[in-house]
Amino acid sequence: MIRFVAGRLVASVAIVFFVATASFLLLHAAPGGPFDTDQRRSAEVQRAMEQRYGLRDPLWQQYTREMSALAHGDLGWSTKHDEPVSTLIAEHAPVSAAIGLLGLLAAVAIGLAIGVVAAWRRNTWVDYALMSVALVGISIPSFVIGPLLIAALAIHLGWLPPARIDGAASYVLPALTLGLVYLGTVARLARGSMLDVLGQDFVRTARAKGLPERRVVWKHALRVGCVPVVTYLGPATAAMISGSFAVEKIFQIPGLGTYFVDSITDRDYAVVTGVFVFYAAFLVLLNLVVDIAYGVIDPRIRREAA
Amino acid sequence: MRDAWLRLRGHRVAAFCVFAFAAIAIACAIGPVVAGALGLDGTTIDTRLGASPPSWSHWFGTDTLGRDMLVRVLIGGRIALVVALVTTSIALVIGVSYGAVAGFAGGAVDNVMMRFVDVLYGFPTIVFIIVVMAVTDSRSLLLLFALIGGISWLTMARIVRGQVLGLRTREFVEAARALGAPPSRVLFRHVLPNTSGPVIVYATLALPQVMLTEAFLSFLGLGVQAPLASWGTLVTEGSSQIVVYPWLLVFPALAMCVTVIALNFIGDGLRDALDPQTRIR
Repeated sequence: MIRFVAGRLVASVAIVFFVATASFLLLHAAPGGPFDTDQRRSAEVQRAMEQRYGLRDPLWQQYTREMSALAHGDLGWSTKHDEPVSTLIAEHAPVSAAIGLLGLLAAVAIGLAIGVVAAWRRNTWVDYALMSVALVGISIPSFVIGPLLIAALAIHLGWLPPARIDGAASYVLPALTLGLVYLGTVARLARGSMLDVLGQDFVRTARAKGLPERRVVWKHALRVGCVPVVTYLGPATAAMISGSFAVEKIFQIPGLGTYFVDSITDRDYAVVTGVFVFYAAFLVLLNLVVDIAYGVIDPRIRREAA
Repeated sequence: MRDAWLRLRGHRVAAFCVFAFAAIAIACAIGPVVAGALGLDGTTIDTRLGASPPSWSHWFGTDTLGRDMLVRVLIGGRIALVVALVTTSIALVIGVSYGAVAGFAGGAVDNVMMRFVDVLYGFPTIVFIIVVMAVTDSRSLLLLFALIGGISWLTMARIVRGQVLGLRTREFVEAARALGAPPSRVLFRHVLPNTSGPVIVYATLALPQVMLTEAFLSFLGLGVQAPLASWGTLVTEGSSQIVVYPWLLVFPALAMCVTVIALNFIGDGLRDALDPQTRIR
């Protein structure tokens, strides 16, 4: 187990540096720099500003400087806001994380329930109805659901605030919009794997012991049946990050997604690389946690890995 | 194949969706021409009209510049469908060749190639597209095709690899090899044709996915650019005015969602009809 985790950690660090290199090269190959403006500015000022941020050094020097800074946990310095990127991330990420986490929780909880019930009542009208709803949910993008939810729940009924973050109630609509997209996928995954699991020997044993059906399904079968859903948590979080760009735009939330998209148009090199690397590091770490979690959930996987 | 078609027809929802999708595609292809002959187009600006609700002369209403929404939705559909078809084809070519090589080579090559796919899977590839689209400041559809196609091949590669892995030890493949066929011939003539079922299924399921990716990028202002407009662009324009002019969001959103839902149901139906593994259930 320790060897497995150590190996994955090394690979994770390599991936993060690979991402950093890729985004470094991409941004320096692109036309335009962070200090291009429409304002009239003397060549000296321009040069001085570029000098201060080391943009006039040879490319390899900029690269080694950035990478060694990254190795020390320094994500760079924003040229637009004149603040460390890590400070800016710390400022913007919590809102995005809260919405993402709430959305994911809702999607997993409701999606699992739908999937389990559909598998339990397979090939009945309950199954067909639930799975059709799940498929329709997958097919409607968040930037259609979001405005519709705002119009219905916020403006016509006035139950929830339509935009911005101000109090607990304002988290509901963004989290719901973000979560709805993944709910369908979770439900389909859960149904598929529960169909497999419900036919296995240990489920028959549990039934034969005389356990109530509810206990067999929700306790014994679900524990193994939820493994594909746990696997999906990695890709789901990746999708959640891109989803947050749209949701934060719809609800005008000053989260990390908005900030990231803005800094691309501002050509704020350090912020783009920094946030990109931050996202990558976060996901790599999360995937590692997911891999370890399998072993905890399903003892059979633990034995195979050892 | 005939067998599969019968089974798909037995899947009533999927069969209905085939016709719904065909109707939408045909409407998008010839609709604007017919409307043009009737004196309607999507570019005539009539500011006196403003944004007017659906009526007999403008079935889907008009946008804030007085342009007919029906024609705009049909033309937007053309772009959305073309983008989806081209990018899916790109993803198909990359995914099938990558998966086939990995599965056919096996061993260490397979291991390395598939680890790479695993890494990309857990990665917000769309963030990468956003960075490229934004920094290159590109308005070209070609780059959009290449980028979306370039990230959408992962699932296809996994499926084809799994299929090839199972097929390459079968007797008919050994027979072909024993007869002296070179590896490339064995792969392309004997192994790959047998993967066509799952490939068709996942190509159908990739179409709506790609369509949503394009719409998402357009929503962020990075996808299809003016003067071209896709369903994603139209939905974006409409979403900011939903309270005042709901028809600006409702019609393009409806067109896009119905298409995506239909394609997803067709894909599911095809999977039941063609994929032997799920057929047992």
